[in-house]
Amino acid sequence: LTVHAQIQSITKLFSGSQVRFQAPPNSLVSFFDASLPGTLPVLNRRCVEAAVMTGLALDCVINRKSLFDRKHYFYADLPAGYQITQQRRPIAVDGTLTYSHLGGTRRNTLITKSVRIKQIQLEQDSGKSLHDDRRGQTLIDLNRAGVGLMELVMEPDMSCGEEAAAAVRELQLILQALGTCQGHMDEGQLRVDANVSVHRPGDPWGVRTEVKNINSGRNLARAIDYEIQRQVGVLKNGGTVQNETRSFDRKSGHTLPMRDKEGLQDYRFMPEPNLPPLIVYDRPSTAPPCVHPSQVVVLEEVRAGLPELPRARRTRLVESYDILPEHSFTLVNEDGLTDYFEAVVKETKAGPRKVIGWVNQVLLGLLHHHSLSVSQSPVTPQMLAQLLNLQENGQISSSVAKQVFQELWRAPGKTAQQIIQEQDLGIVSNTTEIHRICQKVVDSHPDQVQAIRGGNKKVLNKLMGLVQKETKGRADPVLVRSILEEKTS
Amino acid sequence: FIQRLLRIEVSLALKEGRISPTELCRKCLNRIKKTHHLNAYITVSEELALKQAHEAESRLSKGVSKGPLDGIPFAVKDNFCTENIKTTCASNMLKDYTPPYNATVVQKLLDQGAVLMGKTNLDEFAMGSGSTDSAFGPVRNPWSYEAAYREKSGADPDADWVIAGGSSGGSAAAVASLTSFFSLGSDTGGSTRNPGALCGVVALKPTYGLVSRHGLIPLVNSMDVPGIITRSVHDAATVLGVLQGHDVKDSTTVTDHPTPLTGLPDDFDPRNIRVGIPKEYHGPGLSQETLAQWSRVADMFEQAGFQVEQVSLPHTQHSIVCYHVLCHAEVASNMARFDGLEYGHRSDVSSSTEAMYAATRHGGFNDVVRGRILSGNYFLLKQNYEHYFVKAQQVRRLINEDFRRVFGSGVDVLLTPTTLSDAMRHTDFVQEDNRTRSAQEDIFTQPANMAGLPAVSVPTALSSRGLPIGLQLIGPAFQDRSLLTVAQWIEQKVGFAPIRYHGDAGEGEIRVDVLPSTPTVWEKNYLIPC
Repeated sequence: LTVHAQIQSITKLFSGSQVRFQAPPNSLVSFFDASLPGTLPVLNRRCVEAAVMTGLALDCVINRKSLFDRKHYFYADLPAGYQITQQRRPIAVDGTLTYSHLGGTRRNTLITKSVRIKQIQLEQDSGKSLHDDRRGQTLIDLNRAGVGLMELVMEPDMSCGEEAAAAVRELQLILQALGTCQGHMDEGQLRVDANVSVHRPGDPWGVRTEVKNINSGRNLARAIDYEIQRQVGVLKNGGTVQNETRSFDRKSGHTLPMRDKEGLQDYRFMPEPNLPPLIVYDRPSTAPPCVHPSQVVVLEEVRAGLPELPRARRTRLVESYDILPEHSFTLVNEDGLTDYFEAVVKETKAGPRKVIGWVNQVLLGLLHHHSLSVSQSPVTPQMLAQLLNLQENGQISSSVAKQVFQELWRAPGKTAQQIIQEQDLGIVSNTTEIHRICQKVVDSHPDQVQAIRGGNKKVLNKLMGLVQKETKGRADPVLVRSILEEKTS
Repeated sequence: FIQRLLRIEVSLALKEGRISPTELCRKCLNRIKKTHHLNAYITVSEELALKQAHEAESRLSKGVSKGPLDGIPFAVKDNFCTENIKTTCASNMLKDYTPPYNATVVQKLLDQGAVLMGKTNLDEFAMGSGSTDSAFGPVRNPWSYEAAYREKSGADPDADWVIAGGSSGGSAAAVASLTSFFSLGSDTGGSTRNPGALCGVVALKPTYGLVSRHGLIPLVNSMDVPGIITRSVHDAATVLGVLQGHDVKDSTTVTDHPTPLTGLPDDFDPRNIRVGIPKEYHGPGLSQETLAQWSRVADMFEQAGFQVEQVSLPHTQHSIVCYHVLCHAEVASNMARFDGLEYGHRSDVSSSTEAMYAATRHGGFNDVVRGRILSGNYFLLKQNYEHYFVKAQQVRRLINEDFRRVFGSGVDVLLTPTTLSDAMRHTDFVQEDNRTRSAQEDIFTQPANMAGLPAVSVPTALSSRGLPIGLQLIGPAFQDRSLLTVAQWIEQKVGFAPIRYHGDAGEGEIRVDVLPSTPTVWEKNYLIPC
């Protein structure tokens, strides 16, 4: 995968114009961005810091000295006719991205893998071009021209769409935790191109194609899996795979050859003469004394300032709450879910393991079903905590609790207490009443009673179900079971 | 004639009220009109200049001068961006381009109260050594109209005019023809020193990294420097003092620079100074007269007690070829932005973006520029990069090391010719193409650009044709001040005659003998702090 991550910074990589999204066209363009003659690049410290933070989070070797180069090609959204990038010596190399996904037959086993990071380099983003075919013209917006990017190149260590999607998800979480990139693929903040090739085991690697125009993790997986199948098909039919760039079409799920944008380009790389080598220092003491601290990036300081990364967060959750790795994976994987979980745990006497089930299955299930994010949940952590407390107090049964949750979801204006009262869902502990109902069920099902007395204890569950149906799930299940057992012994 | 005064004397004259800034400005503007045939200016900023002169005058009347350059007319080569004033680089591509900002060096001069006369002519995009390849016509050397040239060679200036040198020919001609007291040129391979020598003025190429390039439309980013052209070494030192310094907008300017020049010492002991004469600079094509001047000044040094010795810079012969490779490669890159999309000339062709680009660039650039772009791109192709670009950079390091070794051994300054000969007639010069001429003419000047060293050209005498000959001093990096000190010594000793125009006599203006043969009164003037 080749990932382009837009750096979260106030200004652009080499100029002082602002980085903002969805601003009026050509309103965030400095003289340098427009390539006005005589303007020169000035490196943005924050962008260097972001690249170093990202490199450290991915266990990369940070190159104490890295260089800038010009990559030349003509395109309307590239005003200078070249992009400033780091081809010879990037800022970070040789890292690892460890990622997990839920696999196994029931998709609840955590499988952990890793992919090597070849390098991370700083480079400029290009402007945007919009083709107005009706009028036969192209409109150029340079707001994005010059925004800082981190290009991350991964080694081909992944073998299917699911792995790639999981790797990208983990990368997103890391970048978001670091604050170096907001990582929204659909907004173009994180752009992923997939390089795919196939070969038979033992054979040399096949010709690869590059797949572009992927705007989500899900589509990444689809595109890769389609391309794998396509290449296998081509080879099985005796054909050869072309080294080309293909575009993913999300409607059909296919990859299509791209209109030949550049042909086989010779980028005529040349060192960028206006930028001296970028030096990053180990410790404050190794930085040159005459330079102001705001002008240097010191590794020791950056390392010390790194926030809690997703990996560490997951471990912490497992240790603090005694939940399974699979549980913490789901918590960290969904934006806001960890905070939600921790908020519920704080306010309820129900144990974390109990809460996990509610959060990871009941809540998450509904959120996915309605395509909502955690922040859009109609049931707040406080509401769920209250509900769980009612259950813990013995006021409602577990099945009623689930019912009430659904109600809260649908009509969040009410409290759990209100719903229970209105629909008379409180646990029935009137033993006389339960006895009467149990007796009724036993009397009307002589065959089942016979079976139980014969040794088939499982049938008791059926009778329990019938009693619960009578009581609309409000009977204390423990009490019902003991009464039935007594009556069928 | 007031304009023949050196800047410092004019400064004094302004201070003492013998002439006002607006009067001075008007005189220079009139002179520009009178010397229109030289084609030294592309744009004359008359309104702005008068406005600035008025402001200087008002400051002067209140006794609040901005500094030594307050009220002094100057000119700027038309490849420096000037806000709201057309900046063309003498090219069709930028024929109507008006920058929205000032180059740092221009801003610094305006902040000091200097008065901008206009933008001077050059070879298109600073590519050339004659100022003959401009979209606005060639620059004529003012000495073509001088009494000496006409008398000594019996030439008719309108037919036999000589070139001003390049690429900053307009800037040199402006100072030599007395329409401004100093001017800015640019120097990539000798583009300030070459016209300086041919026009008989002082031309300084500062150390790379000492003066900001922000706003200088680049030719070769790793070699370009803003150049300073003046009528005296002291003036060059003053202007350098104003211009030098770290610029946050130019990442190649140094942060720990030497203290600004406030004046040059004249009390040094020649016996402590070692002057090197690089033997490799005695090459083919060097004219007898230039060689004679070189020997003359070397002898002068020796007689005065300087230690003069022969030195060797063995890689000199390879320098020009490597310079061309690196120059063309960077040119190809720097010119990639000129596509007519955001600014500049745009062709009418609109069948596709590529077609538009191609037509725009073909129509906007002359064949010199296009030739360099093509060869530059060739050198940068993946399969060629190692053989040309990398090799040239490696040889560049060797050239750098040649200088380092010589200066490291204790030599303080090198004395060399600036150009092969005095100025050629235009009709002769154009017998060979731009590339051939550049290869010939840049031979002594481009090594200093390859190594980033300071160098200055000082006029020493007139040739038998009545045209100036200049000699060059090259110094160690960041020793610009010491370099100018030695240059000033030469200036004081050689007694180079000032420019005198045919038909000057009887104009009724105040005349001041600028360069007497014994520099006494004159020396004292230099010590007056401004």
